[in-house]
Amino acid sequence: MSTMIVPTERANVAPEPTTPWRPTRKNKSISSIVFLISVVLSAAIVLLTGLAGIDGFGLAFFAVFMAATIVRSFRLNQKNRKDAFVGVLIASAAVLAFFPWMSIFASVILKGVRGLQPNFLVENMQFTTPDDELNMGGAAHAIIGSMLMVSIAAAITLPLGILSGVYLTEIRGRLTFLVRFVVQSMSGVPSIVAGLFIYTTFVNYTDAFSGMAGALALAVLMLPTVARTAEEVLKLVPDDLRSASYALGARQWRTSLMVVLPTVRSGLMTAAILGVARVIGETAPLLLTSLSNNSFVFNPLGGPIGSLPTYVFGLLQIGTENSINRAWTGSLVLMIVVLILFTTARYIGGKDKR
Amino acid sequence: MSQTVQTSVTSVDGEQGEPKVVRGLEAKNIHAWFGKHHVLKDVSLRFPERTVTGLIGPSGCGKSTFIRLLNRMHEFIPGAAMAGQVLQDGHDIYSPEVDAAAIRLKVGMVFQKPNPFPAMNIRENVLSGIKLAHLKVADHDAIVESCLTRAGLWKEVKDRLTATGGSLSGGQQQRLCIARSLAVEPSVLLMDEPCSALDPGSTLRIEETIKELVEKIAVVIVTHNMQQAARVSDFCAFFLADGGPGYLVEADATKKLFTNPSDTRTADYVQGKFG
Repeated sequence: MSTMIVPTERANVAPEPTTPWRPTRKNKSISSIVFLISVVLSAAIVLLTGLAGIDGFGLAFFAVFMAATIVRSFRLNQKNRKDAFVGVLIASAAVLAFFPWMSIFASVILKGVRGLQPNFLVENMQFTTPDDELNMGGAAHAIIGSMLMVSIAAAITLPLGILSGVYLTEIRGRLTFLVRFVVQSMSGVPSIVAGLFIYTTFVNYTDAFSGMAGALALAVLMLPTVARTAEEVLKLVPDDLRSASYALGARQWRTSLMVVLPTVRSGLMTAAILGVARVIGETAPLLLTSLSNNSFVFNPLGGPIGSLPTYVFGLLQIGTENSINRAWTGSLVLMIVVLILFTTARYIGGKDKR
Repeated sequence: MSQTVQTSVTSVDGEQGEPKVVRGLEAKNIHAWFGKHHVLKDVSLRFPERTVTGLIGPSGCGKSTFIRLLNRMHEFIPGAAMAGQVLQDGHDIYSPEVDAAAIRLKVGMVFQKPNPFPAMNIRENVLSGIKLAHLKVADHDAIVESCLTRAGLWKEVKDRLTATGGSLSGGQQQRLCIARSLAVEPSVLLMDEPCSALDPGSTLRIEETIKELVEKIAVVIVTHNMQQAARVSDFCAFFLADGGPGYLVEADATKKLFTNPSDTRTADYVQGKFG
């Protein structure tokens, strides 16, 4: 028998798969128990001592949790002790960073949920004054207007943006520098300037505020975001793939269309999401292009049209209790619409064939 | 060969009553999974000090998975799981108090594709392990020279140490990667098909390098090239996966495995009848 044979008993039954590199279940449960105890203890500190409010709780929790980690880490070796300390610090920093975000989220939900009744999603404000009770009137016209304008803007910018990305990475023509320069400077255009641009051209030419004008203004803002993101994701496609396609006798445009673009499908979906996210909350350009409206408008060329941001803006200006409540609900609905859009887009675009 | 056998399994003379410790790397009843997929079944192998072990077998029989288990690189793959023990000088490298980074410092790895760091020049590439692991070293120049010499690259690059790694040929890049792994003084070097992307000349240079390395450390080499396994290895292990998880068919001294294997499947494989 040679030296490389290890004398072992052969087990007939395969052992259970284990992952020794992960924290053990025991450690995990100890961690969660420590966390819970820290929460309870810091709550007690807030109740019994001078510390008060959420910031007091945060301070107390940080102190207690750090102390608990120190006590725990006496049982660990040096590396794991460092790990535990840095873990607490990073977690606290994360909580601190998330706090403003959470607070915005919470206040929109808390203040907006009161007006979120079925009528809000199906009725408009044509025969309702902002002061009326919250069970009358709604923002359906604004939701439809926003969706209409953003859809038109997306329909214009997605092909344009992706094509300019293709031009910058695949074709690399003579105007690459110019295109990149224009896209970059466009991304710096203030939104009100985009609105003014459409106002002096399209609105003046058609002599009317309209959804189309609003959509064009949004498109101006959306294009650089989509184009730049598309360029970035297209750059990530390895050249091997392009070579493989060329070596099969494919022409450049077939290569781009059937090999490169499908490879980055989920990345292009991200580009679209970022573009929509950039414009869906824009108010200033819409005030100069689509204005606002209290009744349903489905025709993009049919005069002023309502939208969620201008709906919120208008109601806030009135300033009575019910109108402000409606404005909060409008903000909440705007957030929900964005959430739904993103989730759908991720679901459609994220299904990579792997 | 008999000399290797003698030197390979030395036991540390412990205090009275302590169990004898096997020096070197030893895998005991290793299993590996990716998700629910059982890819490696019950492999036990010993890699004595100052020997070259070749792992041979057809594609997909778990050789690469096995050597990635030996320096805890397996756990980087999402869904990976394992069972069994890997003992280094008698200590299980998978026990919870073990620092995986420290293990990888002692058990180095060279990959199939040469991967010198593109943002560093040749000299910096060799010293990168020392910098990355915060090791204190007095004489950097001496390390660069000795590692490049051991990797058989010194003569070719001594006048252009500040050139980027990418300016070297494929074979030179691979030897640079070997030099890089040597700088942190590992006791075992794992090589995952180090020559499969190289021309015969470069392959020969790397094999010479391996023969020099083995004077100090243990080398484990995965290869699809049976002649290579026969040329460089002292011991050889033959893996096979017939539909199910990969397993170890036979492990023996290379000479015996290639001339007089005890399993007919090994005989068929080394004679090129399949695989």
